[in-house]
Amino acid sequence: MIAFLIKRLFHALLVMFVISLIAFAIQDNLGDPVQQMVGQSVPESERAALREELGLNDPFLVQYLRFAVNATQFDFGYSYVFHEPTTQVILRHLPATLELVFASTLLIILLSVPIGVYSAIKPRAWLSRFFMGVSIVGISIPVFLTAIVLIQLFAIGISWSPFPADTSWGGWLNGLISTEGGLPAYGRGNPEHVFGTWYTNFTSLKGLTYLILPAISLASIMLPLFIRLIRAEMLEVLQSEYVKFARAKGISMRRIYFVHALKNTMLPVITVGGVQIGTLVAYTILTETVFQWPGMGLMFLDAINRSDIPLIVTYLMIVGVIFVVTNTVVDLIYGLVNPTVKLTGKPA
Amino acid sequence: MFKKTLLASAFGAAMLTAALPQAALADNTLRMAYDADPVSLDIHEQLSGGILQLSHMVFDPLVRWTKDYQFEPRLATEWEQVDDTTLRIKLREGVKFHSGNDFTAKDVAWTIERLQRSGDFKAIFETIDSVNVVDDHTVEIVTKQPDPLLLNIATYIFPMDSEFYSGETDSGKAKDEIVKNGNSYASTHVSGTGPFKVTGRQQGVKVEFERFADYWDTESPGNVDHIVLTPINENATRVSALLSGDVDFIAPVPPNDLERVEADPDAKLVTMSGTRIILLHMNQERVEAFKDARVRQAFTYAINQEGIASRLMKGFATPAAQLSPEGYAGHNPDLTPRYDLEKAKELMAEAGYEDGFSITMMAPNNRYVNDAKIAQAVAAMLAKINVRVDLKTLPKAQYWGEYDNRAADMMLIGWHADTEDSANFFQYLTECPNAETGAGQYNAGNYCNPELDKLLEQANLELDKDKRADMLQQIEQGLYDDAAFVPLHWQDLAWASANNADIEPILNVMNFPYLGDLVIEE
Repeated sequence: MIAFLIKRLFHALLVMFVISLIAFAIQDNLGDPVQQMVGQSVPESERAALREELGLNDPFLVQYLRFAVNATQFDFGYSYVFHEPTTQVILRHLPATLELVFASTLLIILLSVPIGVYSAIKPRAWLSRFFMGVSIVGISIPVFLTAIVLIQLFAIGISWSPFPADTSWGGWLNGLISTEGGLPAYGRGNPEHVFGTWYTNFTSLKGLTYLILPAISLASIMLPLFIRLIRAEMLEVLQSEYVKFARAKGISMRRIYFVHALKNTMLPVITVGGVQIGTLVAYTILTETVFQWPGMGLMFLDAINRSDIPLIVTYLMIVGVIFVVTNTVVDLIYGLVNPTVKLTGKPA
Repeated sequence: MFKKTLLASAFGAAMLTAALPQAALADNTLRMAYDADPVSLDIHEQLSGGILQLSHMVFDPLVRWTKDYQFEPRLATEWEQVDDTTLRIKLREGVKFHSGNDFTAKDVAWTIERLQRSGDFKAIFETIDSVNVVDDHTVEIVTKQPDPLLLNIATYIFPMDSEFYSGETDSGKAKDEIVKNGNSYASTHVSGTGPFKVTGRQQGVKVEFERFADYWDTESPGNVDHIVLTPINENATRVSALLSGDVDFIAPVPPNDLERVEADPDAKLVTMSGTRIILLHMNQERVEAFKDARVRQAFTYAINQEGIASRLMKGFATPAAQLSPEGYAGHNPDLTPRYDLEKAKELMAEAGYEDGFSITMMAPNNRYVNDAKIAQAVAAMLAKINVRVDLKTLPKAQYWGEYDNRAADMMLIGWHADTEDSANFFQYLTECPNAETGAGQYNAGNYCNPELDKLLEQANLELDKDKRADMLQQIEQGLYDDAAFVPLHWQDLAWASANNADIEPILNVMNFPYLGDLVIEE
């Protein structure tokens, strides 16, 4: 176990090294930070002086070594835009992203397991077909569009009146297809302070309303995938010999479904799911942009727009680490769920 | 479809019950959303629209622009030209800074000295030789040469609290240092005389302001007590935030959403013809044919500015035939767009380019309204005179590097004159390029007409307004005749607000809303 963790730590370091090298190599294509830092009418001499001051004229290797030496002391440089150490900037934006991902994950788990299991048990029911149909649509709509439609429906509101509004039945039908809006369209309001840089939306109803729309749009990418995954796995398990044997033994269907079958269904779901939740962090870029959610994704896009190279490099490295960490956690959980798996890789 | 919306609305109703009604606010709060928030609280760190908007909230200038390009006294109450190079300014008495310090002449002298140290502002303030403090409320600004634009420049002088910014921080750094990369005292601490104090700031998330209780301008009708400024970079979200009632004031309003905002009964839209000229340079150094004035003229005849303004920009632009917008001293009313395809073909034939030639073109794709589409439209129009265009569009972060390298034969640029004066356009866009003096820094056409430069030099020393305007208009005429560049249009400006915020009176073409004077109906 310890050996496994140490191995993973080295993985993380290797990932950070490779990412930093790549990020540094492409920085020339990210634009000129000096252009973003000065007004348009500033003379070339001023720009040259600033470029020199930032060390942008040094050769690649010198720049990289300077960065690497500082990075080993946990100094990843100063953000050009925020005037702060990049780690501090990211630390401030991290909680917002993690809360959003957490809320989406919660939504995904709470919805995908019952729906997936139901549509595997009753594959021919009209409700199952409906879920499958919707999930196909859901998987093919880009998150950007989902978000904008959600904002229009539930933040701005929409009023349709195809039915005669002066009759009671028409008014009722119109009311059904119209929405009032009222949910916040952007940002996270006034989250409550927990400690350090962590402000939370989870402590009040008002705070939660800010989470609803972004969490749904973020979940909309993964939810169909999970429903289909759980359904497919469950269907397969239900065909297996031991389930047939259990039925022959006369065990109640309920026990077969939820104890014997579900447990084995969840094994591959955890592996795939864990990794996918990791990529959710990356998907937040789009969701956060549309909802102006002040997390890492929005910060990253802003950093790209303003050629804030130190911040871009640090963000990429940290996201790399997040991937390694989620993979490690998934492996640990897998070991707990399936005792035949040994983390050190030795045969059991 | 029906089933889905039915489900959606049931879902929405369920969620609505969870949403709490907004608490009624005791005083007037303006929630505004811009596309970006100020990068720093140090108003001398960067010369940008965002910083100037902040300056007008937290500070006051000596004088400020009215809607029709007149000067309105703010911290300067009166001024007189003592001799050709000296301007004596009387300062307002009884003005306090947010820190409680009194505003005096030494703050003005201190601020100008600091501006001359700022990388972004020093070029504008180079003209000033010295500032003499006559008494507590009188200063004399002495220029190196007679400068007709001194008052224009004075709109950039937002006196800072010299006492507040003097001395050293705990870590031994001077409080008045201007730092672009890194943290400085002035970038996080602020004391001005303006209508609003900064009470909180989370960069990239929001800035909070509170009305300054001791604000000198007690005659201002403004009744806004708090302002929360949120940056919302995504156009669709910014508009949604207004339409859903989450914010009261947004800018800019994207052209694609103008009709939507206008149609909304709870929102109002204000648009104005802007002063930012969008144009294309034709690089004579890269393309031999551009050295021939007839070819350049043919290009201006081939491009349909009115078509671009009315169709592509949906009327959200004023077609241009020169640099200076209406209201500027150099605006020449005789010059109008000259779209005429036959004439263009004739000129090309005359110059011996009947069969046309190939050129490259570059444009940004996220800097100006519809910039990439404009470039595409121009490329299509040029095809009609047999000019084949290889177009490349880039994000602004990468574009300006290419622009500085003059990487394409035709390059698109938008320019707003910092001084609100025609001479600024000529200085940066059409003067003969000179790396030493910095003249023609953005003249990507390498166009050079020494006669017009000489005229510009004279205009820059001419204190007589009418004579000067005449000279500037002559320059516009000269540039038009030479077809020095392809003018396209002046981009319009648009703001939108909730119905109860009376934004119209406080807006201006410089895009500095005077929020201190904003009235919110209760």
